[in-house]
Amino acid sequence: MRTIIFILEKEFKQIFRNKIMIPIIFVVPFVQLLILVHAATFEIKNIDLLVVDNDFSSTSRQIISKFKGSPFFNLVESEFSVKKAEESLYNDKADVVLVIPSGFEKKLIKENKSDLQLLVNAINGVVAGLSNYYASAIIMSVNKDLIVEMYGVSKNSSSFKQINIEYSHWYNPQLNYKTYMVPGILVLLVTIIGLYLSGMNLVREKEVGTIEQINVTPIKKYQFIIGKLVPFWIIAMFELAFGLVLGKLLFDIPIIGNLFLVFGVAAIYLLVILGIGLFISTITENQLQAMFFAFFFTLIFILMSGLFTSVESMPKWGQFINKINPIAYFIKVMRMILLKGSGFKDIIPEISALLFYAFSILGLAIWRYRKTT
Amino acid sequence: MNKSVIVNNLSKKYGETKAIENINFEVNNSEIFGLIGPDGAGKSTIIRILTSLILADSGKCTLNGLDVVKDYKKIRKIIGYMPGRFSLYQDLTVEENLKFFATVFGTSIEENYDLIKDIYHQIESFKKRRAGKLSGGMKQKLALSCALIHKPEILVLDEPTTGVDAVSRKEFWDMLKKLKEKDITIIVSTPYMDEASLCDRVALIQKGNIMQINTPEKIINNFTKELLSIKSKNIYKLLKDLRKYPEYRSAFPFGQNIHFTSNETIADIENIKNFLINNGHQNIDIKAIKANIEDCFMELMT
Repeated sequence: MRTIIFILEKEFKQIFRNKIMIPIIFVVPFVQLLILVHAATFEIKNIDLLVVDNDFSSTSRQIISKFKGSPFFNLVESEFSVKKAEESLYNDKADVVLVIPSGFEKKLIKENKSDLQLLVNAINGVVAGLSNYYASAIIMSVNKDLIVEMYGVSKNSSSFKQINIEYSHWYNPQLNYKTYMVPGILVLLVTIIGLYLSGMNLVREKEVGTIEQINVTPIKKYQFIIGKLVPFWIIAMFELAFGLVLGKLLFDIPIIGNLFLVFGVAAIYLLVILGIGLFISTITENQLQAMFFAFFFTLIFILMSGLFTSVESMPKWGQFINKINPIAYFIKVMRMILLKGSGFKDIIPEISALLFYAFSILGLAIWRYRKTT
Repeated sequence: MNKSVIVNNLSKKYGETKAIENINFEVNNSEIFGLIGPDGAGKSTIIRILTSLILADSGKCTLNGLDVVKDYKKIRKIIGYMPGRFSLYQDLTVEENLKFFATVFGTSIEENYDLIKDIYHQIESFKKRRAGKLSGGMKQKLALSCALIHKPEILVLDEPTTGVDAVSRKEFWDMLKKLKEKDITIIVSTPYMDEASLCDRVALIQKGNIMQINTPEKIINNFTKELLSIKSKNIYKLLKDLRKYPEYRSAFPFGQNIHFTSNETIADIENIKNFLINNGHQNIDIKAIKANIEDCFMELMT
């Protein structure tokens, strides 16, 4: 025990003597929360719209003004030829082109139906789909207004048959994307601090050669490993607390569930992450290799974790791989506790998975560590 | 005399490469034992097996009666090891390094200050400086202090003087002499032949085999050939021409001279001189000299 305390003392001295350490601990959470939460949003606003109005009727003007009034669209230009409009689409000056052909209104009155054309830049499928959806919604509402005008029926009269769907968004009523992102970003933060710093620190002893001197002392391997991992466990827990405070202050994220539960799960989760860090350090020779491995793991795990995209929409095999993705478990649990107020009982499957993971990866890493050095 | 270290038939392979083969030697209590040989001879391998850092493929090795494999935990308490590469924490200060190694051995700087006083005293004024910022000689003194802080019975040093200036090297050997007087057995490896004469006994190692073990004096006395130191204006041509001399046995460049032995029992200096003059050499100088360890080493290799 005394030996472990001496190692811890030495580790903390070394960690805080590293000039880059304080910025990493305090600046990284700030930057990640500020930049990622704002930038990595799926809400689509400011779709650049170009209108080709060849009809010049009151109906066409009505449609255009509806688009102008929408927060999603941004009317950038009007053209008279479809060819020119296509050019703008090609040059990225417009995302969506709305073509109203001449005789649109006349046809509508005469035949009770008429056609519009919508050209959408579909390089980004998500943006294209949403633009399409928003535009259709606007046109539908114009359509409804026209029917009211022409036939003189009240919108709410019973003769106007249609199914109305009322939405009610639970757990995130304003569909605030930031509320969704912050818990995930916090997981990212804890993971990066825990994995990179511990893996690099351990392998550095090998790279610099100090492990040679340690190995001839009576320090036992388990003492050395504990002395190496505990500091980063503490730092990562501190990061989580710091990140939560920032999230509350900057984004006013809801913290509905029990904070002790959050830290309890984080404590287990960090065992997994530190275990992976230790494992990486046993299969690498220097910090560069360790960095590459850690990067490889985090990149795949983060992209698959459901931080940016929904896990449910991944193919079956992808969801299966996610069963060994610790980040996915922790992001899910964080969102459940913070946003939904889930209690211990609700997250038992995730906690057991993380516990199982922690024991196996730490066991594997320690076994490998004993074998290699 | 008591044997401190007994090495028996030690062999080690790295993949297909034989690092050392059938190494046998014994080290007496409180003597300085030198492992002398060029780079790649297997010195570090022997030392790493002795310090329980790696396992030998076969053979047995005991330090003060403790087996390096079975009793490695006990061995780590009685040996002090200074690796070839500086292996202390560069981001800790001189004092912190020393204190850390003292505490992990369950002792304190004060407790064994006597032993390291002479060495540590020289760097004590820099004790608040980080180890990474020390000069080569000072690093070496700190490393030695750290290796001694738990009062080891056996001190193992892997090429301690490689990359250290001549003055520091001399100081370092003086320190080893003093430690020996304090009843510490010292095993030291070095590629520098001139350091062999500073050891009590040496093992000359080449390609994983020990060629000879003896005191430096006896190794030199075993050199029975007459050794000539030959000099002329054109050293390179001199070496080439000497190798064409009918009674040629060996010739190696040695600083500004060439050390030469012939097959005759008593070398005919006049004859050699004439041979060289006929080959167009000028300013020829031939002297009979006493062999040193390096000559013996070269002799053993031929």
